[in-house]
Amino acid sequence: MGIQDRQPRPAVGRVASAATYRAVRDGEREPSGEAVVVRDLVKRYGERVAVDGLSFAIPHKEIFALLGPNGAGKTTTIEILEGYRKADGGEVRVLGLDPQRDGAELRKRIGVMLQSGGIYPTVTPIEFLDLLSHFYEDSEDPQQLIRLVGLDEVARVRYRQLSGGQQRRLALAAALVGKPELLFLDEPTTGMDPQARRLTWSLISSLRERGITVLLTTHFMEEAERLADRVAIVDNGRLVALASPRELTQAETDEVQLTAPEGLDLVALRALPYVLDAQETQPGQYVIHTKRPADLLAELTAWARDAGVLLQTIRVGHESLEEVFLRLTGHELRE
Amino acid sequence: MYEEAGEVGALLAQTRMELLLTLRRAEGVLITLVVPAVLLVFFASLGIAPPEYARPVDFLLPGMLALAVMSTGLVSLGIRTAYERSYGVLKRLGSTPLGRGRLLGAKVISVVAVVAAEIALLFGIAVVGYGWRPGGSLLWALLALALGTAAFSSIGLLLAGTLRAETTLAAANALYLLLLLLGGIVWPVERLPGPLALVGLLLPSNALAEGLRLSLGQQPGVPLAQILALALWFVAALAVASRTFRWE
Repeated sequence: MGIQDRQPRPAVGRVASAATYRAVRDGEREPSGEAVVVRDLVKRYGERVAVDGLSFAIPHKEIFALLGPNGAGKTTTIEILEGYRKADGGEVRVLGLDPQRDGAELRKRIGVMLQSGGIYPTVTPIEFLDLLSHFYEDSEDPQQLIRLVGLDEVARVRYRQLSGGQQRRLALAAALVGKPELLFLDEPTTGMDPQARRLTWSLISSLRERGITVLLTTHFMEEAERLADRVAIVDNGRLVALASPRELTQAETDEVQLTAPEGLDLVALRALPYVLDAQETQPGQYVIHTKRPADLLAELTAWARDAGVLLQTIRVGHESLEEVFLRLTGHELRE
Repeated sequence: MYEEAGEVGALLAQTRMELLLTLRRAEGVLITLVVPAVLLVFFASLGIAPPEYARPVDFLLPGMLALAVMSTGLVSLGIRTAYERSYGVLKRLGSTPLGRGRLLGAKVISVVAVVAAEIALLFGIAVVGYGWRPGGSLLWALLALALGTAAFSSIGLLLAGTLRAETTLAAANALYLLLLLLGGIVWPVERLPGPLALVGLLLPSNALAEGLRLSLGQQPGVPLAQILALALWFVAALAVASRTFRWE
C-alpha cells in the first residue's frame, strides 16, 4: 500500500485524538521513519519476567527476525506490538501508533499470522479469505492469494482436513488479505515440510518487492539467515545481539578449523600471534578463533613446519548463526 | 460515508459466516431445530399435558418455543463460541478491522435469525397440526422471546468466555437437560415435588415458558413478573460475561 493510499485516512469522519492525528501526520511527513519502535519493553507474567528491557527499531520495508529459543519472549513481544497484550513498562510504536490506544486504526494496516490456529475448522480456504476480504477497504483477491500460497488444489477443502503445512500457508495468506503495510509472522514455517518451507521462504522474500515491512519470529537459524535483513537474537527476554546475519556471523571472529595429530600443545598454539583462542574439540580436530585469518595462517604453517607437525586440513570459515548463538547465550538454540 | 459502507459489509460478511457455521454443526441443527419440533409433535399427538390445559398444544407450544430459544442461545451459541475461542479464531479476528463489537453484532443477528426460523417452524406445526390459534398478546410474547434470547445468549457467552471448550460443551448440555426437565419446559414447575418446584420457579426457562403461556393463553394476562425475571437474568449474565470474557 502506497503513501498516496494512506493520505485520505486522517480525513475520515471519526473522532481521533490529537495524538493520533499527530502520529499519522508524522508518519506522512517522514515516510522513511521507523515502522516499529520498541523501547525498554518489559512484560511480566506474575513472578516471571517474559520481556526484560527489550529495545529495537525496524525501518520501513525491512524484513526483521526475532530469533531465540522457546520462552525467549518472542511471541510476547510480537503480541504486544499487535495490540493483544499490554506492556508493563517501556514504550512501543507501530506505524507511528500506540497499539493499545489506536488499535482500530492500526488493525486496518497490519497483517497478523498467529503462531497457531486462528481459523474455523469447518471452513474452506476460499471461504475464509473471502470473509476477511470484506473487512478491509482495499483487499487482495482471495483466488489470487490461494494461488500465491499454492493452495489451489485444496481451496475447497475444509481447514480441518488440510495438512499442517497447508494450514500455515492459509494463515499466511490470511495475513496478506488486507494489503498490510506491516506483517507480523509468528513462527511462520513451524510444522511445514521442507518443500513447503522453501515455498514460504521465497514468498516472504518476495514481499520485499511489495514494500511490506515484515517482523517474524523464528527458532530456525536457517530461516533467519535466509530471510532477514537484520536479526535480533533474544534470550530470556533480553536482546543479545542485533545485526544483519552477515554481520553477526562475521562479527569479530573468524574461525580456523584444523585436522592434525591428536594432543597438539594448545598452550603453544594459543601463544601464536593473532590467536584469540584455540581448542581441541575432538581428538585431532582443532578450532582457532582469530580476527586476522590470513596472518594467522602464515604463522600457523610456519609453526607447524618448525614443530614438525603435519596439518592435514585447514579450513577458514565464519561462524554459523548457530555458533554465534551458542557463543552469545552459552546454550544451544533448542528446537 | 464510504467508510460505513465498508463496516456494514464486514458485519454482513461475518453474519453470513456465523450462519454458515451454525448450519455446518449438524448436531447443533439437530438440537436447535429438530428436538423442539419433535417434542412438540410427540407430546401433542399423545396429548400429554397438565390437566388444566384443555388442549395440550396450549401448554406445549410455549414450552417448546422456550426450548428453541434456550438451545440456540445457550447450547449452540455457547458451544460454538467456546470452540472458536479455543481454536484462536476470536483472537485472530480481533486483529482485523472487524472488531469485537461487530463480531458480537454478527453473532446476535445470527442467533436472532435462527430463533426466528424456529419460532416460525413451531408456530407452523402448532397451527397446521393442532389447530392452534394465537390468542392473547403477541406483543408480550415477542418481548418475552426477545428477552429470553438475550438472557440465554448471555449465559452461553458467559460459559464460552470463561470455561474450556470441552467444559462448555458438557456444561451447556447438562444445563439444557436440567432446564428442559426442571425449568417448566415439558412440565409445569408447580407440579414438581416441593424443593424442586422452588428451584424450577427461579430458572430462566420457566420465566420464558410461563411468560409465553400467560401472554399466548386463552385468558391472556400480562407476564410482568416473568418479563422482569428474564430482564434480571439477562442483565446479570451480561454483566458477568462482559467482565470475565477472555478472548483467547
